[in-house]
Amino acid sequence: MSCQCGSACKDERFVKIDQILDQNGRDESMLIQNLEQIQHFLGFLPEDVQAYLAEAMGIPLSKIYGVVTFYSLFTTEPIGKYKISICLGTACYVKGAGEIVAEFEKQLKIKVGQTTPDGRFTLAGCRCLGACGLAPVLNVNGKVFGRLTTDDVAGILAQFE
Amino acid sequence: MEFYRTHVLVCAGTGCTSMDSRLLRQNLYEEIIKRGLEKEVKVIETGCFGFCNLGPIMVVYPEGTFYCQVKPQDAAQIVEEHFIKGRPVERLLYQHEKETTDVVEMENIEFFKHQKRVALHNCGLIDPENIEEYIAQDGYFALAHCLKDLTPLEVIDIIKKSGLRGRGGGGFPTGTKWEFAYKSKDDQKYVVCNADEGDPGAFMDRSILEGDPHGILEAMAIAGYAIGANQGYIYVRAEYPIAVERLKHAIKQAREYGLLGDHIFGTDFCFNIDIRLGAGAFVCGEETALLASTEGRRGEPRPRPPFPAVKGLFDKPTIINNVETFANVTKIIRNGWEWFASMGTEKSKGTKVFALAGKINNIGLIEIPMGTTLRTIIYDIGGGIPKGKKFKAAQTGGPSGGCLTEAHLDIPIDYDNLTAAGSMMGSGGLIVMDEDNCMVDIARFFLEFTQEESCGKCPPCRIGTKRMLEILDKITTGKGTPEDLDNLETLATTIKSASLCALGQTAPNPVLSTIKHFRKEYEAHIYDKKCPARVCQALLSYKIDPQKCKGCGLCARYCPAEAITGKIKEPFTIDVEKCIKCGDCITRCKFGAISKE
Repeated sequence: MSCQCGSACKDERFVKIDQILDQNGRDESMLIQNLEQIQHFLGFLPEDVQAYLAEAMGIPLSKIYGVVTFYSLFTTEPIGKYKISICLGTACYVKGAGEIVAEFEKQLKIKVGQTTPDGRFTLAGCRCLGACGLAPVLNVNGKVFGRLTTDDVAGILAQFE
Repeated sequence: MEFYRTHVLVCAGTGCTSMDSRLLRQNLYEEIIKRGLEKEVKVIETGCFGFCNLGPIMVVYPEGTFYCQVKPQDAAQIVEEHFIKGRPVERLLYQHEKETTDVVEMENIEFFKHQKRVALHNCGLIDPENIEEYIAQDGYFALAHCLKDLTPLEVIDIIKKSGLRGRGGGGFPTGTKWEFAYKSKDDQKYVVCNADEGDPGAFMDRSILEGDPHGILEAMAIAGYAIGANQGYIYVRAEYPIAVERLKHAIKQAREYGLLGDHIFGTDFCFNIDIRLGAGAFVCGEETALLASTEGRRGEPRPRPPFPAVKGLFDKPTIINNVETFANVTKIIRNGWEWFASMGTEKSKGTKVFALAGKINNIGLIEIPMGTTLRTIIYDIGGGIPKGKKFKAAQTGGPSGGCLTEAHLDIPIDYDNLTAAGSMMGSGGLIVMDEDNCMVDIARFFLEFTQEESCGKCPPCRIGTKRMLEILDKITTGKGTPEDLDNLETLATTIKSASLCALGQTAPNPVLSTIKHFRKEYEAHIYDKKCPARVCQALLSYKIDPQKCKGCGLCARYCPAEAITGKIKEPFTIDVEKCIKCGDCITRCKFGAISKE
């Protein structure tokens, strides 16, 4: 659903989306790029944004929804202030990433893919970060923590309280 | 051009950047300016050196002094001691455990000694953001040679004769692929670079893009000339922000220099390159899925034929090559196919880059001639297994491959030998596992990955991998039954033969290969309900050693299942029936009295 007020007002999110589209173009092959930049700006891709984009790019909403749900990079739910992405690549796994995940789940009392009720932390597993020399490794909003043990978990969370 | 007496190369790859190499460079700049050395000493950001375990890495030329694990706060001392007084800072030099003295030069380090850097040649040598440094390494000369002196067919012939095979996993001869696309008559053709490096634990493509982006652009232009295309796309993972930035920068520079765009080198050849971002779907490494995703759609594969060389991107003839494949092309053109074909084994020519990771001392990126043995990789280059543990297996080919065991340590590594051993070359991930890794658990890990990444289009892959994962879950939680192994093998055979694309066709490989080499481990889980490597939580039983227990009762207080009982100051005991195996008691016990087996 796009803005229903019918007046000249335009949701500022949509103004930003227009800017992104003007820059990248509205060709269907730019859909993934556009979605990526919009998510970077908004944090997630709610339904009204997808609907607006469908109209602006001339692509059916069903198709956009199909793309959004296909790729793991996109999310339709808001995420927490801090996103803890734990690398679940093979190198990290053989060095005990599974135990790190379990410890975060225990301390935050949420499962991977969930956000704490206060909206502070989102716990996510992610594909290889390519920092295998630091395995097991995780990333909190771009800050990398490596060579982790379960003892490090409480300290990392405390940094973002 | 300015001359500097000292060049300082600081790694700006993802691994070292994660370890504050950016701040180290910043501090070096500041210290150099503070001491008025900015006209004498130049700091250069390079691509990955490969020795990621010891990052941040820094090399000082002309001496070639190799510093490792340099911290940002070391900058002042390095500038003072090395750049002013001319004495290397000894505590930061690489020290090999077998050698008594510190090793100063890079080429004498065991990790680099056995390597031959062809695809990685410029990584760690040049500033990837400066096109002139690339040109100074004979960059864009291969493209000029092709455009000025060779016909497209001659270019294809050189690539064919070199014996170069696709480095992305399949191992298809690159020259033959180009020839197919050349023969497809159409007014529009495309060149696509597959940089959707999905194998968890492989990072060679990323390092090449970060360290030598122009090498890929040049090779794509050569491919464009050979097949008759004027447009290229690089499909790269959005998870690689540094690589994406360097590529964008490189494309811009190449356009400014007239090395991409219209009438390159004054000829009729025009070629442009654009970037398309992948959004996190393993299946997009499969070529037809990659094409769908490049067109902005869901990355679902389609049946072949028609092959992309006939009907590819936007239904036009397209070649898709992996990053590492392209990285070899310019070197083959410059040095001749004879040079390339002189390296490697009979059917696998040249070198291969591996991302060495897991339970190994020297984690990093290595490039070795085809035919090198696993023993050389693990024990000479890799420096062996940490903590004196025993080597158990090495997984190649990621979730599509299989494991190699001690029996395979001495076979020469090439495409055909790996396939014969039940594994595959894959894109080059090489994960080493030691005796503490449970192979059933590893197989379950890979299957969980492929199951999650299955696009869902064809039932054998969508449903079959799910059923296999359920069986493996059963086995690793102690509910396995004797018929499970047969069921796994039957399912695996069906999925392999009936799936639409390579994801499904190879998904059962890790399971089949671990059953083949570690059947006893599966049987221990199923019949004895034991995990020999003590990994599978549900199969462990916790025990309190009465000799060590002081009877403090701390464990009992924290046990969420009230499974621990006893009298204070007397040894406590665990009721295995009640125990939920959470492991909390082990972390609580101050006397190390609780163990699992």
